[in-house]
Amino acid sequence: MALQEKYKELIDAATAAGVNELNVREQDGVLYIDGATSGAVKQQLWDTYERLDPNYASGDVVMNINSVAGVVEGSKLKVTTNSSNLNIRKGPSTNDDIVGKAARHEVVTLVGKENDQWWLIKTDQGEQGYSFTQYLTPVE
Amino acid sequence: MALVMVVAFMGATVTGCKNKPKDADLKTAVETAIQANPKLTASGVTVEKGVATLSGQVPDEATKEELGKAAAAVPGVTSVVNNLTIAITNVEIAADSPLAIAVKDATKDFPTVTATVADGVVTLKGELQKANLQKLMMALNALKPKKVDNQLVIK
Repeated sequence: MALQEKYKELIDAATAAGVNELNVREQDGVLYIDGATSGAVKQQLWDTYERLDPNYASGDVVMNINSVAGVVEGSKLKVTTNSSNLNIRKGPSTNDDIVGKAARHEVVTLVGKENDQWWLIKTDQGEQGYSFTQYLTPVE
Repeated sequence: MALVMVVAFMGATVTGCKNKPKDADLKTAVETAIQANPKLTASGVTVEKGVATLSGQVPDEATKEELGKAAAAVPGVTSVVNNLTIAITNVEIAADSPLAIAVKDATKDFPTVTATVADGVVTLKGELQKANLQKLMMALNALKPKKVDNQLVIK
């Protein structure tokens, strides 16, 4: 229960924001927070978490807030890599061959979701393959 | 009468065996026939009542068939059980746990970060710009780790 005290503000914020399927539990010294919400609320929760645990140095929270659950096939996605091009691969893993690339800030289309980490996308040039969702941001 | 018949039958059986090559001799002959093929590795031959059983490894189906025919061609071999296996040339390396693969993917864009996974715990070492930390943490937290041990030096 100690962690729920430490992160009370975070849990309260998630509750107040109406995070869907919010699930908070503590196990072996780690507080697990799961749920689904909008990108804006996710950002707000992460900023709160960062304030309570500067630089995430304590390692006592695993917060998995999904803000892309509602993104449907056909949605436009912006490539948000740090600097490089986004690899488009034959299959959903970095072990699969690269079949194309999307430039940083290029907008691509969601074709299907393989899992939370890999989505099947298509570029305007017609290149289709799997990319890592970490580098794809829904165009809202 | 029955006894006589049994004795007669046994006699015939023994005589029959004498006319056929012995299994041991067949084994040697089959071994000689198949071991001439350099593609065969770790071979084994057993012969029982004229039936030769081949075991060992070959690189392809063609070699397997070829050796089966060579064994069958040995006089006295009545049939061949071809248990030769085809070697898999591409050695398949056991995949890391799904978490380790996902962590590798998630940290790929941050070359100054070294991530290791042990018992579900993701340990981060190296250094990272403060501006990128939250993004990295978001990605790693979504992989359902047991915990994220962040030992990064934040710049």
